[in-house]
Parts: sequence; C-alpha cells; structure tokens
Amino acid sequence: MNTADVAIIGGGLHGCSAALHLGLAGLESIVIEKDYIGRHASGVNAGGVRRLGRHFAEIPLAMASSEIWRHIEDLVDDTCGFIPCGQVLVAESEDEMRALSERAGRLREMGFDHEEVIDGEDLRMLLPAISPHCVGALLVRGDGHANPFRTVRAFKGKAETLGAGFLEGTRVLGLDRRGGHWRLQTTSGPLEAPILVNCAGAWGGEVAAMLDEPVPIAAEAPMLMITARMPAFVGPVVGTQGRALSFKQFENGTVLIGGGKRGEAAPGTNATRLDIHGLADSARAAREIFPIMGEARIVRAWAGIEGCMPDAIPVIGASGIPGAFHAFGFSAHGFQLGPLVGGIIADLITKGETVLPIEPFAIERFRRAS
Amino acid sequence: MKSHYDIAVIGAGPAGLAAALEAAEAGAEVALFDEQPGPGGQIYRAIENPAPAQTGILGEEYRQGRPLVEQLRGAPVDYLSGTTVWQVSAEREIGVSRNGTAQLVSAGQIILATGALERPFPVASWTLPGVSTVGGAQILLKTAGVVADGAVLAGTGPLLYLVANQYLRAGVSMAALLDTTPPGNRWRALRHLPGALARFDLLAKGQGWIRNIQRSGTPFIRGVTELSIEGDSRVAAVNFQTATGVRRRIETEHVFLHQGVVPNVNLSMAAGCDHEWDAAQICWRPQTDGWGETSLPGIAVAGDGAGIFGAQAAEHAGRIAALGALARLGRLSGENSHRRCKPHRLALARERKARPFIDALFRPGKSFRIPRQPDTLVCRCEEVSAGRIRETVAAGCAGPNQLKAFCRAGMGPCQGRFCGLTVSELIAEETGRPMAEVGYYRLRPPVKPLLLEELANLDSPAAE
Repeated sequence: MNTADVAIIGGGLHGCSAALHLGLAGLESIVIEKDYIGRHASGVNAGGVRRLGRHFAEIPLAMASSEIWRHIEDLVDDTCGFIPCGQVLVAESEDEMRALSERAGRLREMGFDHEEVIDGEDLRMLLPAISPHCVGALLVRGDGHANPFRTVRAFKGKAETLGAGFLEGTRVLGLDRRGGHWRLQTTSGPLEAPILVNCAGAWGGEVAAMLDEPVPIAAEAPMLMITARMPAFVGPVVGTQGRALSFKQFENGTVLIGGGKRGEAAPGTNATRLDIHGLADSARAAREIFPIMGEARIVRAWAGIEGCMPDAIPVIGASGIPGAFHAFGFSAHGFQLGPLVGGIIADLITKGETVLPIEPFAIERFRRAS
Repeated sequence: MKSHYDIAVIGAGPAGLAAALEAAEAGAEVALFDEQPGPGGQIYRAIENPAPAQTGILGEEYRQGRPLVEQLRGAPVDYLSGTTVWQVSAEREIGVSRNGTAQLVSAGQIILATGALERPFPVASWTLPGVSTVGGAQILLKTAGVVADGAVLAGTGPLLYLVANQYLRAGVSMAALLDTTPPGNRWRALRHLPGALARFDLLAKGQGWIRNIQRSGTPFIRGVTELSIEGDSRVAAVNFQTATGVRRRIETEHVFLHQGVVPNVNLSMAAGCDHEWDAAQICWRPQTDGWGETSLPGIAVAGDGAGIFGAQAAEHAGRIAALGALARLGRLSGENSHRRCKPHRLALARERKARPFIDALFRPGKSFRIPRQPDTLVCRCEEVSAGRIRETVAAGCAGPNQLKAFCRAGMGPCQGRFCGLTVSELIAEETGRPMAEVGYYRLRPPVKPLLLEELANLDSPAAE
C-alpha cells in the first residue's frame, strides 16, 4: 500500500504548492490527481498575478504571495514566465473613477498603499492605445502575469525533488479515518496517510462532502480568447471597473482576452461549453477599450473549470475533522495566491498555526450559514 | 440568409451539393454554406468558370461535377458562397461569417460535408517558400491556369499521378516525379485486389496515369526514401535516396508534396462528435451510423469528411445523409427514406470496393509521416520541431493537449490542421501507446480565425 505523511487531493497549483512547502518542512506527500497536473483551472487560466482589485479579506495574503512571486525562481528554480509588467484597472466614467478612488482610500486606511490612483493623462502615458473616453485608473506596479501551465510544472518539479510523489490519472473513490490515519480508496489502489489536504478546486466540494462538510460550491467556466500576433501596443495587464474584461499582450504579440464571461462547466465529464454571446460581449468590451482590437483575429477560445464560492473567496484552513485541511474554491482568482497558500497549509500542518489572517476563509462559515 | 433552416449543409463539394439538392427536392428549407467563391469543393473547384483552356487538361473526372453544380443553380437552396463556418454547436447553432459580418444560424439538422485535407508531409525544410502541396498546385491549375515549370513532384497517392498527368496534358515539363510509395505496399495490397477488381475501371485509370508518366520521359523515380528539401530563403533542390541506395540531388525552384488525403474533422471535433482512429487510412474519422449521423443527434457527416472514399462515393453519401435528415425531421417516412436510400447504398458499397486496395497500395511510409530528423518542423505556426516534441514527451508530456501547454505545438491559427496527425503519431511512437489512447488536440471554436470586429458585432441589431 502507498503511504505518505500527507495525502493531497488535487494536482493543480495549490496541490503542487502544498506538496512543495510540505517537502521544505520535511514531510513527504502524495498528490492524487484524477487527470493530469494542471489539466483544469491551474493550467489554462489567464495567468494574472494580481493584487489589484482583490476582495479586502484576501489583500494580506495577496501581498505576502506577491513577495514570493518577486523571487519565484528562488522557490521553484524557474521564472514561471512571470513578467511584473503591472496591472491596471480602468475607469470609463467619473462615477467609476470615484469608486476606484474610494477603494484606494479604504485600502490606505487598512495600511496598504499598493493600489495607486492615476488620472487620464497618466493612463494615456501608460497605455497610449487606450480609448480616449477612459478617465483614469488604479495601478499596481509589480503585479503582472505568468505562464500558468509552466508555473504548475515548476511547482510539481520542485516538489518532486523534495520527495513528493504524484499519482496522475487517479481518482479518489472514498476515504475514511481510522486510528488517526486516513485511508483513501483510489483507482490506483489504497493509500494511507495521517494528514489529508483537499486542493481539489472545482471538485473540492465533493471532497468536503466526503468529510461531511458540504459547501455550496459552483463549477464555472470562465472563457478566454486569444488573437493572432499583433504589433506590441499594451504593456501592463488591463482590467475594467465597469465590466468583465481582462486584457494582456504576450511577448509573442498574441493578445489574451478574458475577464470573467462564463461558459458552462460539466465537472463530471471535464467538459466545458463556450457561450458565443458571452465571447461577443468580451469582444465588444475589448474593442471599446482598445479600438485597435477591431483588427485582431481570434484564433482560439477556451474555458477552464473553476470552483466558485457564493461569497467569491476561497476555503482555506483546517477542517472540522482532525487531520484534514482545505484549500479550494478560489473562485477564479487563485493563481496569484498559489505560491503562498501551499505554505499556509504546510504551517497549519507542521506548526498548527499561520501568521496570516485566514479566519474569513474558514469552511465553518458555510456551516453557520446553513 | 435566414436565422433558421430545416437543414444546413456545410461544404459545397460533391457530398454537400448532393445533400442540399436531395433535401431541397423534398421541400425542406435548405442552406448550403461554403467558403469558396463558387460551388464544387476542392475536386470540382471553379467548375463554373475554370481558367481558359483548362477543362481539357483537367480531364473527365473534373467534368463530372458539372451536372451537380448546374442543378444547384436551379434548385431552391439558399446557397451561401464565400461564407466561413467558424463554429457548430451540439445544439445545432452555426456561427458563420460572410462579407465581414458574423451571424449565428440555427438548423433542425446539420450535414457536415467538409471533405478532406492533404496529409501533412513533414520532411526537412518542407516549410520553405517554393514548397507547396500537389493539391495546391492543382488549385492554381484549376482557378488561374498557373503552372510551375521544372517542378519536382514527390510523394504517393492517386492525386499525385493525376496532377502529373494534368501537367503533362498542359505540356508543362517536370524536373522529376519522386515516388515515395514503399515498395512493400504492393505485396500488402495484393490481398485486397480481388475486392477491388469490381472497380477495374478505376484501377485501369490509375495504371493509365502511371503509364503516361513513364512514356513522357519525365524522370520517374520509384522507391524513394530519405527525402529532404534544401535551400536558404527558398527551395534550391531536393535530396533523396533511390531504391538502390544511391544519394541523389535535383535542383528545382518548386516542390509539390503529397501523400494522400485525410478527413477534415476540425468542425466535427469542435462540435463534440465522437471520433475514432482509422488504422487503415491512418486518420481520425467521426463515428457515424448508416445515415451518416454522428454521436450528436441531428449532426451528420457525409463524404470524405467521414472517411476517404472519393467524389463519387461522396455524392451518394450526401444523398443518404439528406434522406436521413429528412426522416428525422419527419418530412419523409422511415419506409420512404429507406426505399429512396437503397440505390445510393448499393452505389456507395460499389464505390468503396476498391478502397482497401488503394489504401494499402498508397499507404505512406512511417518515415514520411513521423519525422526522423530532430530539426524537421512539425508545427509550422509555432515553429516546433520533431526533436523538441520528442524531448517534451520524454520529459513526461503524455498527450497532444499537454503538448500545447508544454511547447505551444498546435496553438497557432491553423488549429492543428498541419500538425495534428504528426503530433499524435509522434507521441504514440515515443510512448508506445496506441493512437486511440493518445488522442488528438481538443479543438475549440472559432475553428477558423474570426475578426474580433465581427464577433463584437454578433448580437448587435446591425447584424440582423
């Protein structure tokens, strides 16, 4: 029988990061992945490394993770394709601009000054191709984007060198706890470990249900489109305050358009279905913010399967059951947090605590609600 | 263009034309979408107005397309030329783009008649300017009467010999015809010969083409191996080894490659139809029933898009698919559709008789399908070489979809048309797994690049 110190369910970025940090702490883990590493949201997301515009509860975590991203090569021996080109959140009206300024003010009161307010003139300096109707923006320097699949691979590779094992193409069929040990039935046979970590993303609800901690998670399929190569016209990652759009141009000239328009997800079969009308909305938004995009050619569109919580923040922390931990349901913005949250889980397991404020993410909040 | 049709047919080659005509005759509202400016598909391309003096050169099999196209012009079919179909959904919603405007059209039944593509021929420097496909050479001949003097034609398969004959008829000289058909094929094809004798006419026609080439004085070199192309900014020469092991070099400015055709499955795959690996034809094809219907209800595939059987077979398959669609719409009784289908099924069976022999005889050799040299490009769009793919697979990449993420192979605008088969075969070879298990790229709309402007205008009133 396979045994390990920790059994991690889910081979996305969070599962791989947990395995890596546990390895650094001297614990051996086995990651169980039903498909292959980075198959879903972790590998096919837009790669945004973003503190900008986050839920206030996530800010301390995003700030800490940003420090890791700055030196990501020290952690995983690979740059992960991280480019700190900045992230910009654009206001298209004075009302939107007021909302952005208020947000920046509130953050300053909380002690965070990473979100800078910039006016229309500065915005045009930063983004010469932007439509003239845009009035200003929030800017976070040091944010940027990375290559998601490469990032997951790098975390997996480093975790392996630290002793982690990976069971790909392996599904968890059932689990129970006996005598202080978890015993997992999997399609690759039984596995035993004293500690269990649920990093199963959109499937995290299924694992939580096995632990008798059901959560109202929804599988969603944020859609992305990519264009043929275009002349360089935008440096930072651009989002908009008023509508669902995120926008970035890669070094090879291709432009990625995402930002939250959803297709349909069928997590049972791994299938996603694109909603052409939603893609049309994103195309309109892209063209209105950057008129040059009218000339772009869309070569491909796709969607990944994300686990979204009703309050749009993840589940992070200890389970109500001893020996089990959760990090799932990142609600389509877990990529930036990946390098950090694996460390939080490792701290919770090895030290029983973390220095970061994770109370808002406790799974209990759903028990209280129901 | 309406927003809904009883039956939408995609592709106006022999299968699509026949399907549209059969469906319209039964009174259904039919749309026929086609990317080309005129009907006929690849085989009957530009048949309404071929380049002057070309019809004689192109021969009898080309002229066979005339009646279908003439009937289309008199039929109550909404024929939409110059129209790109960039998506087909399982709910039978079709994304089309015409005159710079994108639109969604729904249909009660869809018949995909997207035909065939030339199989990739990844030899060293096959991406150099001056290298094209034999099919490409024939398009120029049909539409513009353009020919390339002193070209080298290389490969295997009926189209190679046909185009060489058309060149001879046009009085164009070729530097050489290099035949890469593996010599052992002849023996392996032999057991299929008795079945194929039912189509003795076809075999005789092929023999005639080969005899013409031999008599023409064109250097006709058989049993060619180790084919590679040489040149800096464009083609300068081809290098190869003869059956007797002699290395040879022929200078030329034009090389036309061909090693058969495979179903064009991009739309049926993107729609989500189930596909299977066809080991005899070395290609993917959609799973279809006796009516051409795929695993998705109401979506059928007819013609070479469902397996390569040629233009005549495609015409019958198109009619069968239309009769099936009409029956599912309730416009024909089951009994009626079976009765009307019968002659086409018989004809189709007859057309298919010679195929196992032809498939075995012209089966392209492995070394021409799976590049041996590490620096040969496989993915042209993203410039990913065979060596890079082998390394990536050795590093733990288990399938074509992971490969996209690992090294961008298949991520370019062609959506894998030029590299998909090669990539799957390379991975199967490296990992020792069967093709059915290795699988193919997951394809996504838009199946053809789409202007963002068009997508953005999709739901606006101006597009109505």
